[in-house]
Amino acid sequence: MSEDRKSILKTLSAAQWRLALRLTLAMMAVYFGFILLVAYDKPLLATRVLPGLSLGMLLGSLVIVTAWVLIWIYVRWANGHYDTTVASLREKR
Amino acid sequence: MAQAGSPNLVAIGFFFVFVAVTLAITWWAARRTQTAEHFYAAGRSVTGFQNGLALAGDYMSAASFLGIAGLVALSGFDGLIYSIGFLVGWPIVMFLIAEPLRNLGRYTFADVVAYRLRAAPVRIAAAFGTLAVVSFYLIAQMVGAGNLIRLLFGLSYEMAVVIVGLVMLAYVLFGGMLATTWVQIVKAVLLLSGAFMLAMLVLWRHHMNPLALFQAAAARYGEGVLGPGQLVSNPLDAISLGLALMFGTAGLPHILMRFYTVPDARTARTSVSYATAFIGFFYLLTFILGFGAMEIVGRDAILKIDKGGNMAAPLLAQAVGGTGFLGFIAAVAFATILAVVAGLTLSGAAALSHDLWVHVVRKGSAPEAEQLRVARGATVLLALLSIVLGIAFKGQNVAYMVGLAFAIAASANFPALVLACFWRPFSTRGAQASMIVGTLSALTLIALSPTVQIQILGRTSAPFPLANPGLITIPLSFAVGIVVSLLTPDPAADAAFPGLQERLHLGGD
Repeated sequence: MSEDRKSILKTLSAAQWRLALRLTLAMMAVYFGFILLVAYDKPLLATRVLPGLSLGMLLGSLVIVTAWVLIWIYVRWANGHYDTTVASLREKR
Repeated sequence: MAQAGSPNLVAIGFFFVFVAVTLAITWWAARRTQTAEHFYAAGRSVTGFQNGLALAGDYMSAASFLGIAGLVALSGFDGLIYSIGFLVGWPIVMFLIAEPLRNLGRYTFADVVAYRLRAAPVRIAAAFGTLAVVSFYLIAQMVGAGNLIRLLFGLSYEMAVVIVGLVMLAYVLFGGMLATTWVQIVKAVLLLSGAFMLAMLVLWRHHMNPLALFQAAAARYGEGVLGPGQLVSNPLDAISLGLALMFGTAGLPHILMRFYTVPDARTARTSVSYATAFIGFFYLLTFILGFGAMEIVGRDAILKIDKGGNMAAPLLAQAVGGTGFLGFIAAVAFATILAVVAGLTLSGAAALSHDLWVHVVRKGSAPEAEQLRVARGATVLLALLSIVLGIAFKGQNVAYMVGLAFAIAASANFPALVLACFWRPFSTRGAQASMIVGTLSALTLIALSPTVQIQILGRTSAPFPLANPGLITIPLSFAVGIVVSLLTPDPAADAAFPGLQERLHLGGD
């Protein structure tokens, strides 16, 4: 493998790891934040946002939506920049 | 359900149609299953959308459909904590696991851990963890199947367990991964559409407004049902369970194996997107099914049939759609169990034959015909084991076993996978120690937990305070892997790291 390819792969690999780690930490923060609220502030989560909808149910649904959004962010990056770089590296192989 | 325990003809009819269709698929798949690559990985020909549905089918067990609907019906908001916990593992699978797995491995997750390490010690440890996860998961599914089918179809428990074992055996033995994949797809479509129809029939009564349904449930059982109750009283317990659910998904062998069925890493990525969309949608529906059962069926009626609340969704189906719809939902629940059991058996068979036989006993060089023969032998062995375990655990409280399977998967498999892919100093001894300590510590702490000691053995106290060991065992497994690797440097593994990185991103073919 040429030095040039090696350094591109190294940069790409570092970028992938950085994004994966950040998104993983974001998911953990959102989910465990929700769990800690359930454990420590039950009255707050029992508050009504609308008739029939408690803050806990709203935040719980938003945790699911967050999972979708984080995946969408990752896929957008991976299908774009990441796959383009991978394709160019494969061509040179 | 006045006729609970007596045969429901519509349910039996739907069930026979399902079995006939899936066996026809198996017959079609069997003619295409001629090599180990077909048997374990469906010839790597599955599309991203198909694999997304199949992943959802493998993941949405009867426990999530019947169990969570029942939990929400009986305890309101608290049941939703599980719905959410079961979904948040999927982003982790996407960011850290799916693509490296596809690019580095062939049939099992141990391929990835062993990529730059010595094969025998790593594969023995990985097979140990895999078989522990698969066995506990199988027990939970088989006991669930026996109880469910007794209630819905009026068959005896033992008969139900044997039928599930034999039909599943037919799928896996003859049709391999191709048949198993299509069984998962058919099941996922049935489960998603059945749950969706049921939710729509419930909402129809509330002018298609979910909030009106939640309001009506709160009017009947008190405002408290919409807010947190007693389920999460100890924060450490909640975090421990959350960690096991989140990282366990990324270590379940039957889920990981699905990433080998697609042609490349990009398709693996697409399949996680579809799977997460389907699974998230399904868990959002459980909000409606659970509160619908609470409001329309009522807690007393649910508890009268089954103390665990598992019959909430079928009872709801009968209340809003009549006996015919009940039959359909019952057949869907049966199909759900069959499909999950098939996926588990295939991944257990791969650990026995691909990891232990081919790579440890035969040192990596076994002829194609022999690989296929051993894989089929292992499948028969596991099917018999699942029938025996199902009958042996009859009448036991096995609800904790799915949690246990997730805890072992999160502690034994996930740390080793991540360290093998992303941490250069990871050594053979480190991997071995991490997987064995992860499995054994999870098993030991569960045996000492309040669930087993107090609820099952009837003791007054438990030596370990948490119901789920994840909070201790996941960090422990990472720490053991790191410390042992630093103490036992592995120059060959270190030298192979750049090659692993290249293949992790660029693929091998």
